[in-house]
Amino acid sequence: MKEKKKDSTAVRGGTASTSRASISGPVPRQDAPGKISGVASYIGDLCFEGMLYARTLRSTVPRARIVSIDIPAMPEGYFVVDARDVPGKNGVHMLTDEQPFFAEERVNYVGEPILLVTGPERGKIDQILRGIRVEYEEIPPVFGEEDSKNPRIPPLFGERNLFCEYEIRRGEVEEAFFDADFVFEGCYHTGAQEHVYLEPQGTAGVFDGERVTVYGSMQCPYYVKTALVGGLGWKEDRIRVVQATTGGAFGGKEEYPSIIAGHVAFAAIKTGRPVLLVFDRAEDVVCTTKRHPSLIRMRTAVDDRGAIRGMEIDIALDGGAYVGLSPVVLQRAMFAATGVYRIPCIRVKGRVFATNSVPTGAFRGFGAPQAFFAVEMHMHSLAEKLRKDPLEFKRSYLLSMGDPTVTDGRMKQEVPLPRMIDRLCKLSGYEKKHRAYKKEKTRRGIGVSLFFHGCAFTGSGEKDKIKAKVLLKKEDDESVSILVSNVEMGQGAQTTLKKIVAETLGCGLERVRYDNPDTDRVPDSGPTVASRTVMIVGGLLAKAAGRLKRRMDEKGEVKIEERYVQPPHIEWDQDTFTGDAYPVYSWGANAVEVEVDPVTFEVRVIGVWGIYDVGTPIDERIVGGQIEGGISQGLGYATIELLQKENGRLRQKNLTDYIIPSSMDFPDPVYELFSSSYEHGPFGAKCAGELPFVGVAPAVAAAVQNAIGRPVRRLPVSPEYLFEAEHDED
Amino acid sequence: MKIKFTVNGRPETVDTDPMRRLLDVLRDDFGFLGVKEGCGEGECGACSVLVNGEIVFSCITPVGTVEGSEILTIEGYRNTERYRAIEAAMEEAGGVQCGFCTPGFVLAAEALLRKNPHPSEDEIREGISGNLCRCTGYSGIVEGIKKAAESEGVW
Ligand code: FES
Ligand code: FES
Repeated sequence: MKEKKKDSTAVRGGTASTSRASISGPVPRQDAPGKISGVASYIGDLCFEGMLYARTLRSTVPRARIVSIDIPAMPEGYFVVDARDVPGKNGVHMLTDEQPFFAEERVNYVGEPILLVTGPERGKIDQILRGIRVEYEEIPPVFGEEDSKNPRIPPLFGERNLFCEYEIRRGEVEEAFFDADFVFEGCYHTGAQEHVYLEPQGTAGVFDGERVTVYGSMQCPYYVKTALVGGLGWKEDRIRVVQATTGGAFGGKEEYPSIIAGHVAFAAIKTGRPVLLVFDRAEDVVCTTKRHPSLIRMRTAVDDRGAIRGMEIDIALDGGAYVGLSPVVLQRAMFAATGVYRIPCIRVKGRVFATNSVPTGAFRGFGAPQAFFAVEMHMHSLAEKLRKDPLEFKRSYLLSMGDPTVTDGRMKQEVPLPRMIDRLCKLSGYEKKHRAYKKEKTRRGIGVSLFFHGCAFTGSGEKDKIKAKVLLKKEDDESVSILVSNVEMGQGAQTTLKKIVAETLGCGLERVRYDNPDTDRVPDSGPTVASRTVMIVGGLLAKAAGRLKRRMDEKGEVKIEERYVQPPHIEWDQDTFTGDAYPVYSWGANAVEVEVDPVTFEVRVIGVWGIYDVGTPIDERIVGGQIEGGISQGLGYATIELLQKENGRLRQKNLTDYIIPSSMDFPDPVYELFSSSYEHGPFGAKCAGELPFVGVAPAVAAAVQNAIGRPVRRLPVSPEYLFEAEHDED
Repeated sequence: MKIKFTVNGRPETVDTDPMRRLLDVLRDDFGFLGVKEGCGEGECGACSVLVNGEIVFSCITPVGTVEGSEILTIEGYRNTERYRAIEAAMEEAGGVQCGFCTPGFVLAAEALLRKNPHPSEDEIREGISGNLCRCTGYSGIVEGIKKAAESEGVW
């Protein structure tokens, strides 16, 4: 019938590099057949004998003391599970464990879980939930940073409502501002964003009288396991976590699943029956984490020759009601604060404030998209102020090898941006278009963004916190099993990791096995986050495979273990945030062309271009998929994905009012890979998953700025915002 | 109430509340788990099935309304030659990532191609506009359908 072609036409993007690594050619995606045919089993598809369903009663107010909960008599076979059923600590372990599994005396956001009703029929559960009355005594809520100064509102966290606060300085920044000819300032806002992984979150708990097993749609089986150890107060060996096929995650299934893993574990223990908890979309929107909204103030000291002398950057993120991963998100934002530019001296301040709203958390890019939006728009506007071409201006400040980073580390590798920009201009026709649109007032515009993504965990996280360990096992039947805790969630990890092992061993892909992680079988190779899976875990597997290769002739089982060792070039001090925040960076450049409707102020995207350096792509088709998907999500973030809070409640409730890109909204992106090679990555690979998201929004905003001739300082660039900007006279 | 219809070629009768969602009947009563629930509001297309050849969101379809109809889910469709053409093309074009949307897209593609075997790119984009994918940005899916349409004599 059809012949499978394996030429590069299978990849819509091209490869600009002259030396294409042999591993990069696309192979059949290992998980595709099961997914296309509907055979793949997601969490909602699991079924256990005697299984019960569950649903959560959630807070309907942003902040209150719970006065009483009135629960009608339960029909036979139905149970309530709440804080009293948490055998260990009622706190979900992440960075801290102050977020409860179930609210006890207080609720701190609309959607906070109070109790679970579990039983055999879903309709009946809903009916029971409707009969439960919670009496609240409301407490004045904290909705924004300014509320922490209001003496009538008791603080939500600490004395100042700050989950964390950091400052980084490099160089004599006061002097730079003192000597400045003028100071250029700008405030940049970004909104919240919903992940909309297409599969809503869910978990299932099974208790056999001795051990608990939790199945779930998740990125980090060992985060879940650690949270269960805390919540159950049990020894690790009584807890097992198994990942179910995961229908998209994007960071949304990094920390959140730990909460509902606890819920089903407690429910399974209490009822003695397996319990399945799967959200519907509306519930998922109400209670799972969002991208942090941000306000970033930038000040740049400019001397009398129009040169940048220093920058002061102040980053404020809304963390919601519990700290979650916010400090780490803030750190990534701060380390990206000056973008891809060489700035002589800097001060970056950052803080995450608490509000009585649904917690914010991990989301593709992890703080970097907010920072890049601010710095890219700031540099763009500063260039215009100096009557220079924005791209030329940016080009004159590009970091290069040996330059200091925000944290006073050194750029240890070549920065390929100059060549990437040349190629981007050629593909997109940027220069000519930009000039023409500026003059013509056609309401068309084109904009460029330049960005990086620091690969893997920040600072010494890999060495000191994660300490990844992988196993590679030659089985009796001569197949080779990959034993890692990193999950396939759509990003292609299964195929990519198999490919790394098969290529190293010099064997066929079919000989290498990878099953969904099960903590009884796999060691802790760390969470599936921070674009670390290929570079760190794949790197360890390549090493293990190299060792296994020499022992492939041995009879029977051979087990090879490999542990993370930090490459010698990294120096980092976590207390002072000094040194190399990341082992290496992936790079990107985007151009976006838009047309702004003069009547409706809608932004129509006409073209999107991208050039990326992710090191060696392990599989061009998979990397291409990350690029296309990341761009689409970025275009949504930049234009149509509006997630607003009103008095602590989300205005958008489901996919009817929270709009994500459809097949009709945006053109196909045109992109190319620039493949440099990183010596510590497997086959030279760096990171690819988050990078393509990071630069999209600033390129869109710059294009709109070019089209309307006014500064764009807010995301999403919605018609309402543009209408205001247009009618704002100053 | 007794409701009769054909699912994946087999005549069936269910005795149930006619207001129950077709999605739940297909998943819970018949175990056709390739029918997914992404939103429950008729917005995402993950629950798509074919009812008399037309694409229908089973999450907003009361089972009472399909009396006498022919229903096709991915479980029935995957045994066809057309399915194999779409499967191969989707794989090759990189139209699958997390896969949660995929069975819905496959059926949307079938609904499109059976009416219009040689669609233009715009027609493809329109044909699948009721289905959401958060992973791929649609490029791979559109190309997959385009490639499938090139298979000789299948549609
Ligand atoms: S689940 Fe039916 S359209 Fe989304
Ligand atoms: S592949 Fe994940 S939603 Fe389409």
